[in-house]
Amino acid sequence: MSEIPATLKYSNSHEWIQLSDDIATIGITDHAQALLGDIVFIELPEVGEHISEDGECGVVESVKAASDLFAPIGGEVVEVNENLGDAPEQVNETPYEAWILKIKIDNASDIDNLLDATQYQAVVDAE
Amino acid sequence: MTKLLKTPINAAHLQAGAKMVDFGGWEMPLHYGSQVEEHHTIRNHAGMFDVSHMVVSDLIGTGAADYLSKLLANDIARINNSNALIGKALYSCMLNEEGGVIDDLIVYWMGGDRYRIVTNAATRENDLSWMNSVLEGFDATLTEQSKVAMVAVQGPEARELVIAWGADKLGAEVGKDIKSLERFFATEYDGWFIGRTGYTGEDGFEVMMVEDKATLFWEEMLIAGVKPCGLGARDTLRLEAGMMLYGSDLDAVTTPLESALSWSVGLDPAERRFIGRELLDEQKERGVNRKLVGVLLDGRGVMRDHQKLFFGGEQVGEITSGGFSPTLNRTIALARIRADVTENCEVEMRGKMVPVIIQRPLFVRNGQPI
Repeated sequence: MSEIPATLKYSNSHEWIQLSDDIATIGITDHAQALLGDIVFIELPEVGEHISEDGECGVVESVKAASDLFAPIGGEVVEVNENLGDAPEQVNETPYEAWILKIKIDNASDIDNLLDATQYQAVVDAE
Repeated sequence: MTKLLKTPINAAHLQAGAKMVDFGGWEMPLHYGSQVEEHHTIRNHAGMFDVSHMVVSDLIGTGAADYLSKLLANDIARINNSNALIGKALYSCMLNEEGGVIDDLIVYWMGGDRYRIVTNAATRENDLSWMNSVLEGFDATLTEQSKVAMVAVQGPEARELVIAWGADKLGAEVGKDIKSLERFFATEYDGWFIGRTGYTGEDGFEVMMVEDKATLFWEEMLIAGVKPCGLGARDTLRLEAGMMLYGSDLDAVTTPLESALSWSVGLDPAERRFIGRELLDEQKERGVNRKLVGVLLDGRGVMRDHQKLFFGGEQVGEITSGGFSPTLNRTIALARIRADVTENCEVEMRGKMVPVIIQRPLFVRNGQPI
């Protein structure tokens, strides 16, 4: 059983989002990392880049496959987790601590489109 | 959906939390948590794979040697001509009439007219029907040993641990016997078959036993400190070691000479008319059009099977096995390319052209990058 913390928001494409004012911290869920298997490279976006909702914002490459990372919410990239360059396995080990990027949210109302833990659990169960 | 076959050790895998996958109709462990960690365990310590899905067949009879001489591209006479070679293993392909590979295998000579052959699981039906059809007219019998299980214990610490196990469980003499095994030799004792062979590029043993002893052996190895490893690590280990995977690097329309396996083809003496020889003679004479090479990429990203290779803007081949090398911490691949291409190429990855280094198909051996 994968872990789905109640305090976070989620997307259909298996990203988690932690909201703090207008900043969204984004990573991939426990369920996603388990599906991917060992993660070996993470391609991060540039700081300052603007990403629209559902736009590509990186690539997570595992022993099994390369998988695009989609922005669950539109905005400007304000920070990326450079530590993952040398230690991408952190995403496997602690998926909810190993954040990937932070976005300054364009429209606060977009938050309403995100899933809560119960809704995301239903997405996982349906797979 | 057809029901998956299970090895005798299946319950132990489930209990250890293995992620199980369908491999050639068998429910097999992909990993027990992290395939990269399992890979490092075998390069640095000792790990084990359940490979009971592989097909073990025993061949016996006065016509056995002549039969193998016809069936195999490698020359069985390399291993069965002196008592000092009893137990010796030989790697070979068996070919179709057109020189394409039906499967690759290991054959052990067990003295006299007894041989043990290990072939791949995914090709079982085709292999057995081919081997039996070639057998016609030879005074020998081929018997599949479906009740035999197999565990590969591999890594720099594997040898000592299996020797200690043998001395403890099968007796001091057997322990000594296992200890005296040279690489690529096997020994037998009361239903146990222990070969110093493997598919990882590390030292170690492949241990075969009757199926009802398999789980106990697995548990005894666990207690001895050997870590369970899945097919994921097995694939990256063999890829680093430049060992071919049938169905990816080898197939029925490609010859061993196009697969960097010339060393495993016995074209001398010319009188030995093994199946598929005609095309190989012709290729030796004229040269091959395609060859199998190693590919290294200095940067991020992972090369995957079937990605295309380009040279001077022209497609010259494709990746046959691509993946991530935990030992080198970068991506490596095997590829089949046009034989005249000797310089570095580009690989098309996710719509981008990325420069790659072409080298011989060998990346790691005995724990060391090459």
